[in-house]
Amino acid sequence: MDKSNVKGFLEFVYDFYRSMKAHEITLVYEGEITHQITKAFTSLTESNMAKESEANSVQKKVFHVMVECLQNISKHADSFGSDDFLFAGRGIFMVSKGKNDYHVTTGNVIENDKIEELTEMLNHINSLDKDGLKQLYKNQMKEGRLSEKGGAGLGFIDIARKTGNKLEFHFLPIDEGSSFFLLTSSVSRNA
Amino acid sequence: MEVIKIKGTDDTPTIILDKDSGIFEISGRSLPEDVSTFYEPILNWLDDYQEEANDQTVFSFKLVYFNTASSKLILDILMKLEEMHENGKNVLIKWYFPEDDEDMEEAGEEYADIVDVPFEQVSYTL
Repeated sequence: MDKSNVKGFLEFVYDFYRSMKAHEITLVYEGEITHQITKAFTSLTESNMAKESEANSVQKKVFHVMVECLQNISKHADSFGSDDFLFAGRGIFMVSKGKNDYHVTTGNVIENDKIEELTEMLNHINSLDKDGLKQLYKNQMKEGRLSEKGGAGLGFIDIARKTGNKLEFHFLPIDEGSSFFLLTSSVSRNA
Repeated sequence: MEVIKIKGTDDTPTIILDKDSGIFEISGRSLPEDVSTFYEPILNWLDDYQEEANDQTVFSFKLVYFNTASSKLILDILMKLEEMHENGKNVLIKWYFPEDDEDMEEAGEEYADIVDVPFEQVSYTL
């Protein structure tokens, strides 16, 4: 890097740092999500929450949500499209801690033809109350089968049940074939 | 019959299946990397056990955490036990939950609703 590039890079790092602080991001990762990564992130977050004497029930909820979100990426993130940043099982994973809530956000590439089904499923989950979610979970457990990758189709339902909050999601178009799928789950700290 | 003894880790539960001592227990945390592979020997063992089950089988679950993929496999285990019960064997499920853990208590209630087998909820202090 020549001098002006170095300066640009340093500014970028500092901006990135400030931006993380501004959004109260405590953990951010981009890359392949493996089982080891899942274990490392959950135990890191667990010990941070314990240090900050977060309520037990909040700790448990955040743990639940993190595990399900990370497993969603490792099982469902698609591998295609431009080679720049698209690989199977990869995505971005973020945890932020605000005054009232923890937010767990995931982002990964998906094929456009999966958007409709996914939207329908998430809207359906968001339309249900506590009892409706319970019923859906039970049905899915009874009737659903484990996919090849070991998914039970229960992750989103479980997140909605455990957090008691709606799932926030967006699809940002990348090209004709693919989009970036963003999902944020919130856990209230004063639950 | 062969005794199954699996020592628990951060992400896999402790499992003891011992016909002669009458101990059948799954405890700890369950979020194995590959749930199907992890639980396969357990399900196979239960198939064999069913053929020569003890007069009474008390099966204990004492889990503190399980992920959604594991919840499906736990149901598979319970359904094997339900089958034994339907075949006239004496089976009792004991579902242990930490007294302040409503989610784990509710999970037990849900399983009890799904499977038709004697089911007892037991709270304990951590």
